[in-house]
Amino acid sequence: MSILPEVQVTVLDESGLKEHHVFPTGMGLSLMEALKAAGYPIEAVCDGLALCATCRLDWLEGTVSEPTDAELDMLDTLPDSRPSSRLACQIRLESLTDGQATVRLHPNFT
Amino acid sequence: MIQTDVCIVGAGPVGLFAVFELGLLRLKAYVMDTLPVVGGQLAEIYPRKPIYDIPGYPSVLAGDLVDRLMEQIAPFQPGFGLGQKVVGLQPMEGGRWAVQSENGDTVLAGAVVIAGGLGCFEPRKPDLPGLAALEGQGVSYIVRDPEKFRGRRVVLAGGGDSALDWTLQLADIAGELTLVHRSQAFRGAPESAARVQALADAGRIRLLTSTALISLGSNAEGNLATVTVQGQGQEPLILDADDLVPLYGLTPQLGPIAEWGLALEASAIQVNTENFQTSVPGIFAIGDINTYPGKLKLILSGFHEAALMAHGAYRYIHGGAKPSFKYTTVTGVTGL
Repeated sequence: MSILPEVQVTVLDESGLKEHHVFPTGMGLSLMEALKAAGYPIEAVCDGLALCATCRLDWLEGTVSEPTDAELDMLDTLPDSRPSSRLACQIRLESLTDGQATVRLHPNFT
Repeated sequence: MIQTDVCIVGAGPVGLFAVFELGLLRLKAYVMDTLPVVGGQLAEIYPRKPIYDIPGYPSVLAGDLVDRLMEQIAPFQPGFGLGQKVVGLQPMEGGRWAVQSENGDTVLAGAVVIAGGLGCFEPRKPDLPGLAALEGQGVSYIVRDPEKFRGRRVVLAGGGDSALDWTLQLADIAGELTLVHRSQAFRGAPESAARVQALADAGRIRLLTSTALISLGSNAEGNLATVTVQGQGQEPLILDADDLVPLYGLTPQLGPIAEWGLALEASAIQVNTENFQTSVPGIFAIGDINTYPGKLKLILSGFHEAALMAHGAYRYIHGGAKPSFKYTTVTGVTGL
């Protein structure tokens, strides 16, 4: 399977604002890292260990890798996760095999 | 009251190595941690995972690294206050500091080093109106003493291992036990899930799956009285309840450290890179909890930070006097 040189991600934020981003693949970035670099205020306290769930989002559209057990365990623990919930830190940009995706950021909770 | 030269808050790898660097400068350390064991994330999250970027170790298990650090700092005989959450920090006479733990212990120290890593692991709370007001009035997040629930009407919420385990534990103790879980199935510990299902089938507990917590009600004394839940596609259901225990896991939070008046940036403590002192003289921060231009959250960076911090702490404690710098290959390691 060939990896696309870039992926297009449409991000809906809490207020419904829609933004399109193009992220480069091949650097091993996670979607969390790409979104942070794009200026979204994701805390990502645990830096990608699937522990804090502050990078949680709803996956609305686009093919992506299945969640690992660690991610599913965390999602299952949360008080309000949905079938569409994912942790952005567990998603490699390279795994967006359609080259595009639409996600909605989740308001962080404490 | 415990007296020490330096109080280190956090017993992860960086906090432990700080004992060594301080010890070389003849400063005695007392190390506190919320967790009951040393090692921080290495012990709690990934003890069996290999780490590949510790200089000199092509690969080392996280748990083994903690053991080696404990061996390395043993000559300096640090004090340990484990299982003690640090809640308060007060300036004292002569530039000293009083560090207070949740259970009332006080450590008087010449300087304080915050090596708190990700922060404290705090219970994750559901988004329910009026939840905070009912904490301690029927709402709790940890089962400390199961006997406190004897004969009471208890609602547990959550779908992880701890929700299943406590359901099994409390089934015979609570007067009436309900487990509320957001989704249909339970992941993990299939044996526990099967036993919970069996209890529900036998009518000994009430199991509500695909059900969400909606709201809480209180009585005239301000105690929890009802928990309203709603199953998918169903009408809301009001449960009479004396206790609600949401068990949604733990999430790292900066915790009380955020209240100490230190300059912060995105939940990290700002430090200078000369001696890793915070915006408050005498308070230092090293490891994952600090931030500065170019910061990398690496154990090896934390070790470097510990060495420079030790020299800064020495100067702070000794009124600006510069410690003499010696190589361990020349002087060896003399214990305290």
